[in-house]
Amino acid sequence: MALKRYVVGCFDDEEVLFPAVKKVRNAGYKIQDVYTPFPVHGLDHALGMRETSLHTAGFIYGILGTTTALAGMGWVFTKDWPMNIGGKPNFPLPAFIPIVFELTVLFAAVGMVMTFCYLCQLAPFVRKHHFHPRATDDLFVMAIECTDRTNVEDLKGFLQSAGAKEVSYQVAESGWWFGRYDVEPKLYREENPVIG
Amino acid sequence: MHLKYESQIREPLVDGNKDYHQITEDIIRPIEAKPSKLWYIGFSISVALLLFGVYSVYRDVTYGIGQWNLNKTVGWGWDITNFVWWVGIGHAGTLISAILLLFRQGWRTGVNRAAEAMTIFAVICAGQFPIFHMGRVWLAFFIFPYGNTRGPVWVNFDSPLLWDVFAISTYFTVSLLFWYSGLLPDLATVRDRAKTKFRKLTYGILAFGWTGSTKHWQRHEALSLVLAGLSTPLVLSVHTIVSFDFATSVIPGWHTTIFPPYFVAGAIFSGFAMVQTLLIVVRKVLNLQEYITLGHIEAMNKVIVLTGSIVGCAYLTELFMAWYSQNEYEAYAFFYSRANIFSPYGWSYWGMMFCNVVSPQVFWFKKLRRNVVFTFFMSVIVNIGMWFERFVIIVTSLYRDYLPSSWSYYYSPTIWEIGFYLGTFGLFFTCFFLFAKYFPTIAVAEIKYVLKTSGENYKEKMDKVEDQKVEEFAHDYAH
Repeated sequence: MALKRYVVGCFDDEEVLFPAVKKVRNAGYKIQDVYTPFPVHGLDHALGMRETSLHTAGFIYGILGTTTALAGMGWVFTKDWPMNIGGKPNFPLPAFIPIVFELTVLFAAVGMVMTFCYLCQLAPFVRKHHFHPRATDDLFVMAIECTDRTNVEDLKGFLQSAGAKEVSYQVAESGWWFGRYDVEPKLYREENPVIG
Repeated sequence: MHLKYESQIREPLVDGNKDYHQITEDIIRPIEAKPSKLWYIGFSISVALLLFGVYSVYRDVTYGIGQWNLNKTVGWGWDITNFVWWVGIGHAGTLISAILLLFRQGWRTGVNRAAEAMTIFAVICAGQFPIFHMGRVWLAFFIFPYGNTRGPVWVNFDSPLLWDVFAISTYFTVSLLFWYSGLLPDLATVRDRAKTKFRKLTYGILAFGWTGSTKHWQRHEALSLVLAGLSTPLVLSVHTIVSFDFATSVIPGWHTTIFPPYFVAGAIFSGFAMVQTLLIVVRKVLNLQEYITLGHIEAMNKVIVLTGSIVGCAYLTELFMAWYSQNEYEAYAFFYSRANIFSPYGWSYWGMMFCNVVSPQVFWFKKLRRNVVFTFFMSVIVNIGMWFERFVIIVTSLYRDYLPSSWSYYYSPTIWEIGFYLGTFGLFFTCFFLFAKYFPTIAVAEIKYVLKTSGENYKEKMDKVEDQKVEEFAHDYAH
């Protein structure tokens, strides 16, 4: 967690946003993130993000489920307590298939959702900085992190020329913290440090 | 530049002159408004039914399920009928959200949220029946394999009843995760609009701190797609396994290989009918006719006529096989216990035939498919028919045992069996009323996503795209 400075531009149309993203990146600014009310396809590539590996994680969890089910049932029925059920073999693979399938799906789904929540840092009572309340309504909010060399006014003007409807300068926590949404967060450091 | 393109010929999925903010307004406003009088009336009736159900179940637990009219021959009656019925209804939600997502059916966005919610509530209702059918419900945890001090004695992994435990609990869990992960962005929308302290707090907790970050959306999309891929075979497996409860036993009328596909088709059939029943009311009460359009209703009616015909085909196949197999017990079950209208339960078979096979055929007519009142009426008929189907399968196969000495003449439910059933209606509708009041009934983010291709006011702008040269079009799209 650290306090960072951002210049925020709000766009109201994804068709303006895409060229703007291109322009901002070409100008050499580092886009921290773009907050959108719905998934905008292609935006992740436009921002230069790499593909997510969540699928791979899901596959691994699924395999884990398959082996758990097979190993568990196999151990119970052949080692721990072999039973004669209607003369069936102790390791009847066809009869195990339904449970093996269900556990594969269960492990994959639960594992993926937990991984998703972990990667995105989503949980009850998690609070993050929201650059604009309408980012979940109808605005596409681009947050650009300022460095020591960033000229805030220039950047604001640049974003406006790229089509931003609203621009602002914000000092914000970059990570997340435990908090509630009905209590306004207090920044734990001075907003404008005195430069001696 | 257009980022997305859809043919003008396709019916718009969102009617009216909408923009992103208007969509948020239309769908979220009911959450922020006071509930209407109609809501209170409906909610009170549901809670009353629920309380009656709770009392019936209280009696089941206290006095034992001997207070039901089940007997030595008819060991499964209303309880298992209702279980299969509710599970079947619980199939539409995940079918809509998963299979239709894989098939890229745009119209699913308008109905998936409510249908998934309905699925979850229906599965909860379904689960009650086998649990209380156990009798000693406080030992219900015995159905799970866990290391215990009684040996350990394990569950029988070869038994379809145990497969059911795994299938239903997996289905419930995965549907819940699918539903809730889809809800997160919309709950965040409610949170960010909230004016009252209480709403900020509760939706703040429920939305898990969702911000709408592009990276999160990218993962969210990946998650939805994989969950859809996993849920698709899962939906088919659940009712397949429910049908195994019957098909693997050597009872005439149950022991057939056609059961899995026939049950799955029936489940989708009844599930869609329940979605129609609920959504036709919801769209009217919450004023969402522009999001759940006649096009949506028509699409669902098409699914109903398709699955209804598959079910009808299965019924006829069963009859044919009863004759073709030359098995006298099979023939007795089908031609006496079921198809003979003068046999004790003949009425239920023909009721089922009429409701499930004959009546949905009216949906071949476009006029009727797009008639809301008629669709509502038909959806109720279909659900009655599907209840009859399960009743026919269970009771008519059981009440005439192999030995005439153990024939039971007539099984009819006691008030407490009926009370249990009504109670699950109460539970279902109580949950649904709360959902419709406190959650976004339509996936806001998904509607916004399809707006620019399928919104009525964006359709005419597609003209420009259609006139474009191929190269320009390709250039615009390659971003």
